[in-house]
Amino acid sequence: MSDLRELYQQVILDHNRKPRNFGDLDGANRFAHGDNPLCGDKIQVLLKVDGDNIVQDVKFKGSGCAISTASASLMTEAIKGKTVVAALGLFDLFHEMVTSDLPEHELDPSLGKLGVFYGVREFPVRVKCASLSWHTVHAALTDSDAVVSTEA
Amino acid sequence: MMTTPFDVVAVRGDFPVLGRKIYGKDLVYLDSAASAQKPSQVLDAQRAFDATTYSNIHRGVHRLSQDATVAYEAARKKIAAFLGAPSEHEIVLTSGTTEAINLVTQSWGRSTLGPDDEVVITWMEHHSNIVPWQLVAEQTGCTLRVVPIDDRGELDLDAARKLIGPRTRMVAFAHVSNALGTINPVSELVALAKAHGALTLLDGAQAVPHVKVDVAALGCDFYAFSGHKLFGPSGTGALWGRRKLLDSMPPWKGGGDMILSVSFDGTRYNSVPHKFEAGTPNISGIVGLGAAIDYLGGLDLDAAFAHEEALVHHATESLLALGKIRIIGTAKNKASVVSFVTEGIHPHDMGTILDQEGVAVRAGHHCAQPVMESFGIPATTRASFAFYNTHDDVDRLVTAVRTALEIFG
Repeated sequence: MSDLRELYQQVILDHNRKPRNFGDLDGANRFAHGDNPLCGDKIQVLLKVDGDNIVQDVKFKGSGCAISTASASLMTEAIKGKTVVAALGLFDLFHEMVTSDLPEHELDPSLGKLGVFYGVREFPVRVKCASLSWHTVHAALTDSDAVVSTEA
Repeated sequence: MMTTPFDVVAVRGDFPVLGRKIYGKDLVYLDSAASAQKPSQVLDAQRAFDATTYSNIHRGVHRLSQDATVAYEAARKKIAAFLGAPSEHEIVLTSGTTEAINLVTQSWGRSTLGPDDEVVITWMEHHSNIVPWQLVAEQTGCTLRVVPIDDRGELDLDAARKLIGPRTRMVAFAHVSNALGTINPVSELVALAKAHGALTLLDGAQAVPHVKVDVAALGCDFYAFSGHKLFGPSGTGALWGRRKLLDSMPPWKGGGDMILSVSFDGTRYNSVPHKFEAGTPNISGIVGLGAAIDYLGGLDLDAAFAHEEALVHHATESLLALGKIRIIGTAKNKASVVSFVTEGIHPHDMGTILDQEGVAVRAGHHCAQPVMESFGIPATTRASFAFYNTHDDVDRLVTAVRTALEIFG
């Protein structure tokens, strides 16, 4: 039960119930589609990146579990207003957090609220759920019409 | 009310894995529809065969090879008897249901179908009875027609009557649905197909562990199943087909064992069923499958199936009593599966929470995405039962689902 509470923290449950930045984005100029074919999770990330390479706006659509929905919601909050380079830097930090043995106290402080996903590493099959939106936004920011899959 | 003459305690003693602890709790294995557990009788038979008899089959003049061939062919005879097939020559041993269906699509389908022909399948098929037909449709230009299902997860037979017609060459469908548990009306569909001169293939993967199968009584032309759903090893299975059909079908895989002689002037193929069995098969796996069939032969299957039905009833009623639960698949005639969705909780989250409570279920689309689409859902949580499950297992499931409801508040 304590592991479960570690995974399903209130922040995650809250973002699952009320996902932020969910829906369409008029004027989006970067987007990508992400799939987890094993579970059927689907996500689309839409971004508006301006001439200074700043993420002016970002939204997501799709359906998935609480971990993937909350992760997508928190991802949009985390990268909005950041430069593309900074957003990609967050991708790296997030990826390291959920896949490495890095102790919790050594997490980069710039992860901020994203630290709630630290517990996901205890649930190896769920790491893909937490990572899907990040892989998708990574594709959108590095290749304008990409489709990513957790199984590719 | 819940008592049954089936001695589930004794049977559980045959399945060593059921004694395992998961996160310190007794394992509750409710994923037998994905793959069933194996009794000691199967594990021991495989080990004994590998330890004393293993060798390649149909080849050696030496004693081991002869003994291995006898054991392998004995399993084929057991499978024939288990399915009610008139002869073991009609049993093609495969790696499972998927290979069996691909055999039919690539051998019979590819050599027979053309642009004027239609193949009818259903919305409740497993991907393994959809994609092989899509492939052969691309190869031959034939058309795939799909019988819809209603909101209980039963086939729409009125639609089937319209879809099955003079252009239909094959009606291929699940005997029992893996995602919904629906037991399909085989006799009606076989009669419809026969009335138009079409063949029938039954995907029996989910049926063989839960209903008695007799291909002669079913009246179908092909029947496919997997060993690993039948308490046997994975990588084993069989296709039953009518001898006349199998004789008329070309080989679909080339290699050793499927030939009589090979020459660059022309190769002569072996007779059925060997014509369809290229390469060295899963020899000890097939021996294990024979042992699984022997094991089932020693059980009171009527009592076992009645016990499973009681478990499904118990689970259905108890889950519905929690509220916020919708059962997906409420066919009048159903077997062994309780698929459900919960308001506000994705099946993946449910699966993780149940796992932490030691309860193993399947969460996802169950390789049946069209089924999910027809119910307007991305996935379900599926508890699937075998005769080795208990009413206590059901209670553990329900308690764990209640925990999930509490966490998600």
